[in-house]
Amino acid sequence: MPETRDSIHDIWGPRTPHQGQWPTRVDERTTEEPDHWVQSACVLCSNGCGCDIGVKNGRIVGVRGRAVDRVNHGRLGPKGLHGWEANNSPDRLTTPLIRRNGQLEPATWDEAMSLIVSKSKELIKEHTASAIGFYTSGQLFIEDYYTLGVLGKAGLGTPHMDGNTRLCTATAGAALKITFGTDGQAGSYADLDTTEAVLLVGHNMASQQTVLWARVLDRLASPNPPQLVVIDPRRTFTAEQATVHLAPRAGTNVAVLNGLLHLLIENGHVNYDFIENHTVGFEKLVKTVGKWTPERVEALTGVPAAKLWAAAEILGTCRTLVSTALQGVYQSMQATAAAVQVNNINLVRGLLGSPGNAILQMNGQPTSQNTRECGADGDLPGFRNWDNPDHIKELAKLWNVEMDKIPHWAPPTHAMQIWRYCETGSIKMLWIQATNPAVSLPELDRIRKILKKKDLLVVVQDAFMTETAKLADVVLPAALWGEKTGTFTNTDRTVHISHKAVDPPGQARPDFDILLDYAQRMEFRDKDGAPLIKWTTPEECFEAWKACSKGRPCDYSGMSYAKLSEGSGIQWPCNEQYPDGAAHLYPDHQFNTHADYCETYGYDLVTGAEKQPQEYKANDPNGRAILLAADYEPPHEEPDEAYPLWFTTGRVVHHFHTRTKTGRARALQAAAPEGFVQLSAEDAARYDIADGDLVEVTSRRGRATEPARISGIEPGLVFMPFHYGYWDQPEDGRKRAANELTITEWDPVSKQPHFKYAAVRIRKVTA
Amino acid sequence: MHLGNYLGILENSEKQLCDAFEQVARHHKDEPDIEQMCHKLSAWSREHRGRVMGFVAKYSEDRSSEPKNLKRDLFDQPRKGSLALLRDLHDLWLLTQEVQLCWTVIKQAALALRDEELKATYEFCCARTKRQGDWLLGRIKQAAPQTLIVAA
Repeated sequence: MPETRDSIHDIWGPRTPHQGQWPTRVDERTTEEPDHWVQSACVLCSNGCGCDIGVKNGRIVGVRGRAVDRVNHGRLGPKGLHGWEANNSPDRLTTPLIRRNGQLEPATWDEAMSLIVSKSKELIKEHTASAIGFYTSGQLFIEDYYTLGVLGKAGLGTPHMDGNTRLCTATAGAALKITFGTDGQAGSYADLDTTEAVLLVGHNMASQQTVLWARVLDRLASPNPPQLVVIDPRRTFTAEQATVHLAPRAGTNVAVLNGLLHLLIENGHVNYDFIENHTVGFEKLVKTVGKWTPERVEALTGVPAAKLWAAAEILGTCRTLVSTALQGVYQSMQATAAAVQVNNINLVRGLLGSPGNAILQMNGQPTSQNTRECGADGDLPGFRNWDNPDHIKELAKLWNVEMDKIPHWAPPTHAMQIWRYCETGSIKMLWIQATNPAVSLPELDRIRKILKKKDLLVVVQDAFMTETAKLADVVLPAALWGEKTGTFTNTDRTVHISHKAVDPPGQARPDFDILLDYAQRMEFRDKDGAPLIKWTTPEECFEAWKACSKGRPCDYSGMSYAKLSEGSGIQWPCNEQYPDGAAHLYPDHQFNTHADYCETYGYDLVTGAEKQPQEYKANDPNGRAILLAADYEPPHEEPDEAYPLWFTTGRVVHHFHTRTKTGRARALQAAAPEGFVQLSAEDAARYDIADGDLVEVTSRRGRATEPARISGIEPGLVFMPFHYGYWDQPEDGRKRAANELTITEWDPVSKQPHFKYAAVRIRKVTA
Repeated sequence: MHLGNYLGILENSEKQLCDAFEQVARHHKDEPDIEQMCHKLSAWSREHRGRVMGFVAKYSEDRSSEPKNLKRDLFDQPRKGSLALLRDLHDLWLLTQEVQLCWTVIKQAALALRDEELKATYEFCCARTKRQGDWLLGRIKQAAPQTLIVAA
């Protein structure tokens, strides 16, 4: 059956050089000839490639890229071409489970939902809804998140709702809010088609968004290639293509970025007109970065001064610039402070809001943008400001509830604090959806203990028996992508519809239906006694979401299911002004910082303290972007005698998250069957370790053992991919998850946990 | 002139605040954000005290016989748990207010004396005292409902 290319071994496919218009190439892989195709988009990274699902006899038999789609022009990556196989996996959850006498046993939907509802009502009566928490995902659809957001905020009235997006994109959201007033990516993927330079900070695009990287590779193969500056401590696929690769020591992003800004200013490579007319805070920025001379940067970060000069020369002289950041920024020390410095580079150069210029604070997961937009995480729907009473009133009016029903006495509780409340016993029911914290959160031993607590009812809604589901009290079998209809938004604001192609297996139900069922059984009402949730189908919910988003930056009001089903995905804002969506936010350099419009009144970048409304209003930036900077601070844990090496975690190209899907796709699993401990040749020699030897890595929090892989990494640094947990554990039963070792702490502003540094020691395990 | 005396009060307040942040960091190690931020903010107060000491010496000849120690009876016993955390943050916030008020008083004198150096020290330190208080207030607001309503 057709497989147009071997994406496992040739990840990015053949080159189609271009400048201006990216040529189409349709990638397809089917195992049987489909009897029909159903429009969708891929959910195996944040790129959001348009695809069609091939169906034969009610089963998914393959996918093909959509040539018409603006995101991928027909291409698909290895995860997209293979990951759908998980839908057909024989070990899908097909019936609800309830823990009885210590064992998870099959139950009916009515039994499972009744249990959740009676527990909810009991807790509310005794403790208020603040005893109930939700830990949701970056994998669901707009319709799921918005329903969840409304039932949580206006039905239950609990402040405790966040997504695993806290681990992947909280810093992207925070940095955009701080600089531009609200969330929302300023540019488009298409800016890569013409830009003169690309800055990738802690972003291994080649591995994480393979189709986007193909777009860059095609530019590099063109007669007029862009220059690439890559900041990454590892020599990744991305770094291998760099014009200049800066490899700083773990935890020193801010020092490097301050050094780059210092050079831009010192070399006069800044646009003073733009700064004067469209920004505030430049003088303080100059002062903060002023002491980061190339020599000082070199001494602290290990980046040679000459290389910093070379990078600053590219960034300072290019006429167009696309800057991107991902987990190497977001999950490292001073995450938000570093991410806003990336914004600041484009701002001081005035390179924003026009073709070839973009800032892409990348998302990690396919639908994490929607967790942020719809209010299913620590944000309010439509990028509203929790500290602005007028914004709360808008939501109250929209939902027809009293304003004070909606928790707004403090920022919505962030995930790490939700877990802490579970640990200390004040959250007594935790509902986990489509995510696997027993492998993905830091310090897994602690997480397992919390999930096992007797006084915490754990509900897990998932398609598979994950490591987390195994510890649940109630398991709800959920439909996957392809088995339900809904919409979602990628990193560059492109909204796709994914139509239902096949039925879910057994009794598995769409997340949307599960949430509606809960709302109905809980009898959530508006203030006139009518049902709070006024929709019964995904399309009706999308219409309600359009009304909620109207007039806000993420304006969906010009879209419809019909319009989204016509051809390509569509970028928001889509409204009267932009009926076909907008490629750039801020084309006139008017930003969303007006006091009555902004999503946040700002933060202290060092302490994370929220700025007070009156303080903000007194100096209303009124549409100017905010230049904010912080000085470098050392990490809280550094190598010492007992734990002499730096430790960092990350991803491999063939897997996604905890491999719940990709580990069940035959070719992906075969391509990367097990984890590894990546070491430099110097460290391997020092510890007498050969390639393939089992290495035990130990931190203050736990240990993990995997085979050694000796390759391009700075000496003194140890890397492990975080994908590998225990559901398909090798027979020796060893602990192998990278997050056994990571540290429980988080960025003070974005509250994103630190997965990118810890101190460890290693030893060779001799059989 | 009583300025030396008041600088003594300030120095002592910064010392108490520095110690109190350290103490709270130790008592609430299980709350990662509390432990780390309190260590950091303690270091700020330590630095402030160091900067003030020079001025205490400079104006000490003028010191009156007023008692310099206005110590409050905060943090009597080590406290643990969520209510204890809220109480500790509460007391820390009160201490920051005392420091801030001391600075306001001293700033007035610095202006009247045209002591540019003392004025600059005020500007540096007092801005950070405000940030200490802002962080505490935000954390208190976050912790209060859960602690008072749901926590055991």
